[in-house]
Amino acid sequence: MNLFTKILACPKILLEKRSFGAEKRSFAGGSETAAQTAKIFRRSLAIRLVTAGSTNACEQELVALGNSYYDVDRFGIHFVASPRHADMLMVTGPVTRNMREALVRTYEAMPAPKLVVAVGDDAIDGGIFKGSYGVLDGVRNVIPVDYEIPGDPPSPKTIISALLGILEERDGKPAGQTTATQA
Amino acid sequence: MNMTTIILWTIQILLVPALAPLFIGVTRKIKARLQNRRGASVLQPYSDVWKLLHKDEVISRDASWIFRAAPYLIFATTLVIGASIPLFSTALANSLTGDFLVVVYLVALGTFLLALAGIDAGSALGGFGSSREMFVAALTEGGLILSLLTLALIGKTTNLAGIATAIGSVSFTSFTPIILAFISFSVAMLAETCRYPFDNPATHLELTMIHEAMILEYSGKRLALMEWASANKFLIFIAIGANLFFPHGIADSLALGPVLLGLALFAVKALLFAAAIAVIESSTAKLRIFRLPDLLFTSFVLSVIALGLVNV
Amino acid sequence: MDTLTSPTLFCLALACFATGALGALLLGKKDTAANVVGSVLAIAGAAIALIFSGAVLLEGTTQSFAADTSFPLISLSFSVDRLAAFFVLVISAVALLTSIYALGYVRHYYGKYSIGVLGCFYNIFIASMILVVTAHNALFFLIVWEIMSLASYFLVIYERREAASIRAGSLYFIMTHAGTAFIITAFLLMFREAGSFDFDAIHTGLATASPMTQSAIFVTALIGFGAKAGIIPLHIWLPSAHPAAPSHVSALMSGVMIKTGIFMLIRITLGLLPEVHLWWGLTVLVVGAVSSLLGVLYALSEHDLKRLLAYHSIENIGIILLGLGSALVFSSAGMNTLAALGLAAALFHTMNHATFKALLFLGAGSVIGATHTRNIEKYGGLIRLMPQTALFFLIGSMAISALPPLNGFFSEWLTFQSLFQGVTGFDVVTKLIFILSIGALAFTGGLAAACFVKAFGITFLARPRSNAASQAKETSPLLRLAMAAFALLIVGLGLFSGMVTRVLGEVAGDMAGLESAATPGSTPAGSAQFTTVSLLNGFAEISMPAVFAGIVTAFAAAALVFFLLTRQRTQAVAATWDCGTDLTPRMEITATGFSRSIITVMQGLMRPGSETEIEYHDANRYFPKTGTVNMGLNDIYRSFIYRPLQVITTTIAGYMRKLQSGNIHAYILYIFLTLIGLLAWLNFQS
Repeated sequence: MNLFTKILACPKILLEKRSFGAEKRSFAGGSETAAQTAKIFRRSLAIRLVTAGSTNACEQELVALGNSYYDVDRFGIHFVASPRHADMLMVTGPVTRNMREALVRTYEAMPAPKLVVAVGDDAIDGGIFKGSYGVLDGVRNVIPVDYEIPGDPPSPKTIISALLGILEERDGKPAGQTTATQA
Repeated sequence: MNMTTIILWTIQILLVPALAPLFIGVTRKIKARLQNRRGASVLQPYSDVWKLLHKDEVISRDASWIFRAAPYLIFATTLVIGASIPLFSTALANSLTGDFLVVVYLVALGTFLLALAGIDAGSALGGFGSSREMFVAALTEGGLILSLLTLALIGKTTNLAGIATAIGSVSFTSFTPIILAFISFSVAMLAETCRYPFDNPATHLELTMIHEAMILEYSGKRLALMEWASANKFLIFIAIGANLFFPHGIADSLALGPVLLGLALFAVKALLFAAAIAVIESSTAKLRIFRLPDLLFTSFVLSVIALGLVNV
Repeated sequence: MDTLTSPTLFCLALACFATGALGALLLGKKDTAANVVGSVLAIAGAAIALIFSGAVLLEGTTQSFAADTSFPLISLSFSVDRLAAFFVLVISAVALLTSIYALGYVRHYYGKYSIGVLGCFYNIFIASMILVVTAHNALFFLIVWEIMSLASYFLVIYERREAASIRAGSLYFIMTHAGTAFIITAFLLMFREAGSFDFDAIHTGLATASPMTQSAIFVTALIGFGAKAGIIPLHIWLPSAHPAAPSHVSALMSGVMIKTGIFMLIRITLGLLPEVHLWWGLTVLVVGAVSSLLGVLYALSEHDLKRLLAYHSIENIGIILLGLGSALVFSSAGMNTLAALGLAAALFHTMNHATFKALLFLGAGSVIGATHTRNIEKYGGLIRLMPQTALFFLIGSMAISALPPLNGFFSEWLTFQSLFQGVTGFDVVTKLIFILSIGALAFTGGLAAACFVKAFGITFLARPRSNAASQAKETSPLLRLAMAAFALLIVGLGLFSGMVTRVLGEVAGDMAGLESAATPGSTPAGSAQFTTVSLLNGFAEISMPAVFAGIVTAFAAAALVFFLLTRQRTQAVAATWDCGTDLTPRMEITATGFSRSIITVMQGLMRPGSETEIEYHDANRYFPKTGTVNMGLNDIYRSFIYRPLQVITTTIAGYMRKLQSGNIHAYILYIFLTLIGLLAWLNFQS
């Protein structure tokens, strides 16, 4: 009983939706999917994460997405275990040669319509590993990428802003309008 | 067969599939609150189903017609059960499919087909998900059947609506067996609906999955059907628990007043059950699989004691 | 109708079987001709017997006829009352369909073994089973019982070049004769009371027997007929004998031969003995509960498909005994309506088990014939290569797992209902045994479902696990026809449960011990029509057609609605999600692995063990090359029951041997001592 009173008495700190501005995210090729997929996924998005040789810095930030401060669950976004259940494939890491086949198979196992997001500088173009013999220099060389979230690693706030931007849903703002960038 | 009866029967048949995702959403919301988060809205499962219906499917080439047909069949069994249990009025009882053994074995039919679908695609994860599911399901049957039997013997009928009517007017001396049977039933309910401490419905680790492992290969509309069927099963067990063990307030006729009261009380009771399950889930840990038989046999033994105490 | 129930028809059926046996034997060298003659005449005989028994069952009068012989104690007398007619019906229906299967299946044996011998013993086997349930004289019964055992023995060792078959046959031979010894004891006890071997005379003679004699008859009959039925712990012959026989014979043995033991148990306890004691019913309940639970647990650990099915036969015999036990308990308390209910449940399950077990054995025969291996671990993916066999096997699996809306569910429902009545209104011990029996039945249902998910899933689903499985081909149409007929029978019995219950209620009500059970024309304790079966003034009601219709309607509605909602979505076919690796057949779940968790939970009872063999690259045994792990169960029956019995017997025999010293003076001394003893005893008598 003690436990429950402690939980209920805990101060609630939650990042409000309006504080997620239009963080920088850039469109890679294939953005026609954006408008139509946004409509389907606006209320519910299932993400499958693949770490293609990453340093796990991005994973730490992605794990933090589920905590009580950022709470990505309230936007209808959740992580799933199987690519068959997933709508969005988030890839971190510069795609090492060993992970290339696995990444391609994960992408093919996902049902359409699907989105691919490269999270972190490493995933976008190889980042600090660019040019190494063991990596393929970015996800876009392996599977078609729809969005990129830059940062090494991008903070959870950046990631959520980007996701909300992809879903075209910010507090009270209709699709297409952006607010000033907030750091 | 006048208009009211038809409307009420339609409500009876559609109530479980319509409300089931809501109760899953309520449970998830309460769990989130207890984790100090805000959590998704209670209508989130509806959005999930809607989205899944708008996705294409990818089906394994090793899968046979059983994989393709199983979601419809499992959903169909939950529809049939949902129409047979007393929800808000015992006057909508039917003596054709309302026997508690029919309900228990229709649930078993759904489990059987689900386990086959898990093996069908030939993935490593689906196979052992099926193995664990059958392991838990086989051991749960004893406690489930015996706890409902206790009520049936007290109520002198095995028809579910008849039990509800009888328990509502039972004498004080029968309370002990009913309480014991309720404890036994709640353990069985947690096992069948894949909740803690038997299964974690939100896990990503395949080695800890039981129910989720069998639906890993599903996508699109079939996944929507499977998730919806699972939600239906959740609400069905809550409804059985609420309306058989605490049936006070359920309508016994088709008059408007009692029916509305019955609906309202059903909603309240179901919400209380969902909240209780959420609190249990937040305060216990998932048990190691070889500790589960201890729990299930305890449920069985409690039912045996309850049956022994029935003095009819 | 009179012609249909006349003894002539019955004798005609027997004549068909006799001709079939002789014809097959004479045509021994010509395989095809022998097979055709044997099987077609068996089909004809079974069909005639089916019509005869159906007519007797519906009409209700007992047909008795006899042929006197010159021997004093034996007369070839038959009596076909409703119970016997019901059993003849089940036997002939199953025999009919397995003979159709045999027409196609026996081709596997062309050129390898003598087909004439197979046809001969097959026909004798079926005929002897029909004779066993209709015999009305105890000596005659023993003769045909022995013929049945011998015929099945020769069928078990048919594949005589396999050492395993010969071993299985020897074990079966010994166990069945041990059982027959107990049966003979029971009949001798009855003869002592009645002075004649005729069943009618025995019935009147036993009316004045002491309770001790009655109990002795009951115990010896239970052991003797139980050995044939396969109750635990007398079951050890079943798992080796049923797989050793050809598949259509296994279907007959499992489906109907073991039921003849049940038939005689019913006949003796409820027909011949005047009253039932309470502890008899409780014993049968306990035996039934133990057999069903242990049977299904052993089945879970098997990965030989036919042994698995054989253990399930033990489980289902346990379920039948649960129904019979409750009937005995109610009969001992004078509650004849409830007793008739229990008996009806037992009879319904007998019939249902015959249908789905035969179907499963025929399916197993097809699969084994197509893949040439009995090991489940080598199957897989057969649903694409043998689609119809898979469908029928699925129907059989669902029926044996007691899933609605098929017939297995209804007979378990009926058994449950009869057990439910025993929980109230008895003393504590009886109540507890009833509660535990209900628990055993509940667990058995769940474990059987688990076992058949394993059996069906690993055999037919996923990818082939071996070359043999990937090259399997669908079987010939005759085999599929027989299986389709069984599947239709299963679905039909499920749909028409109400009407079948009414007939069975009349059969049960006819038993001599339950004469006051019900008014003619209605089932015991309730009403059963096509649409609903209602028991005990509304305590329990069910409608199998409604359940069936409900599922079908809901399925159609769901399919239609979702199809309409998602018309525009596409379905792509791709590889199974394998976490990014290559999927090999070794990654699929194995049969051993599937059930290992349940076996581990019950390890006190089951004594699981494993053997590991590792082959190393070098003599230092650092680097393993291949490893094999065999996980199985240690046999507790041999070590705890049969081996001690054997040791005791041989020790006593060793002591007795000292008497045979070879010294003629010692033998004269024995004769002298015996004479003195007899004279002294006679002296004390007078």
